[in-house]
Amino acid sequence: MPVAHGVAAGMGGMRASGDLVARLQMARGMRLAEAKAYVADRLGVAEGDLSDCAAMQEVRGDLGLGRIADGEAPRPFDPSPAEAKAAISRLLELPINSVERRRVHGAA
Amino acid sequence: MADGSLIELTRSEIRTELEGGVDEAVRRAKVDPLAADELDHLLAIFASPARFTAVDIGDEVMLSFDGTGAAQFDRIAGLLLYEQCLASDSLELFHQDYSYKAVKTLVPHEQAAMKEAQERLTIPVHYGAQPDLGRYSEPDGPCRNWSTLLPELRIDEARTAQEEAMELATADMVHVAEALWEAGADGVNFDTAGAAGDADLLATLRAVETLRSRHPDMGIMVGMAAERVLGTHGELEFHGMRVAGRWPAGQQELVQQAGATIYGPAVNVNTGRSLAWNTSRALTLVKPCVAGARIPVHMNVGMGVGGVPMAMVPPVDAVSRVSKATVEVLRLDGL
Repeated sequence: MPVAHGVAAGMGGMRASGDLVARLQMARGMRLAEAKAYVADRLGVAEGDLSDCAAMQEVRGDLGLGRIADGEAPRPFDPSPAEAKAAISRLLELPINSVERRRVHGAA
Repeated sequence: MADGSLIELTRSEIRTELEGGVDEAVRRAKVDPLAADELDHLLAIFASPARFTAVDIGDEVMLSFDGTGAAQFDRIAGLLLYEQCLASDSLELFHQDYSYKAVKTLVPHEQAAMKEAQERLTIPVHYGAQPDLGRYSEPDGPCRNWSTLLPELRIDEARTAQEEAMELATADMVHVAEALWEAGADGVNFDTAGAAGDADLLATLRAVETLRSRHPDMGIMVGMAAERVLGTHGELEFHGMRVAGRWPAGQQELVQQAGATIYGPAVNVNTGRSLAWNTSRALTLVKPCVAGARIPVHMNVGMGVGGVPMAMVPPVDAVSRVSKATVEVLRLDGL
């Protein structure tokens, strides 16, 4: 069922920009149109690119936002999850709780 | 059918089913019917012989979850599977005993799991459980059992018992949510709110309000248990608004007022009716809460709600038809 919903209607998570839009909805209570516009503006892409996995993998790679791990094309210098979230937090100008916690605990 | 079984209907029979679902919602909730073009669109979705359907490119919505992972893996590996293989937009860490009361007793373990999840995952991970007010009544909890008091017409005693349970439940929800927030969670989910009636929902709203006042950046989702709030107590109010008897638009008003960032309406399916009937009924009930919402609306479309069949392994044609129908007709913010 989660697979069917994801393929039928989801934004594709880290394959595209679903996690970025999700963060704005969850933390800021932004409605979908507003959240998509905000993310597109911050990424410097058209809203139509947000669910385009080919375009977004390139953008995410350039900005260090984390990408899906691929066994056939390893990316040893891609950011760790913590590094990617710190980059997302800066890009979206949105505090991310786990990033802030690491800062408080002296880990970042 | 909404029990997951396969049936064959003609185009006109499907149309009749769709209209029947709308009529039932209008009759029960006194809401406006779906427009003719919306019914036409639903007919196209449900009359399609395709094994799978999907929203148009560019119309994708955010997916939030109540419970992610897989029984074949440990919890964190299950979350990684959802992030890396299923490309989920967000995730929920949860405990098998999906109740804030139960989780309170082992919250340090849940904090450790959340910290590990946050170290290993990039996409948002919230923590979820149920308010589960019934757990606070005898024999599982310290309060008198209103389900046995009410049939004996001991109304005042039943109300007092629920009010006592509410105090305990709100305190537990706040305690667990703050503990998981301290461990790095991106938010919390109060799932199946109102399952035990208006007192269950009010306890949740009070928890949400407290959390919002203390943690301005916390993601807070409230997913409902049913399309209408039962008046198990009957006299409870939130900021002067009666809690019992509310349909989705009225529920959303309360959830928004409390300070949540995402509202999840739930409409239970009738397993004896068709997928088309259940979906059109659900859409008609939920439609009034979408247009005027100030926060995102993520309709519950899990097993047995929103039109999705009540089956452990629901057919993908059914699930994807519901996905497309809810997103394209209601213009939701997410599922």
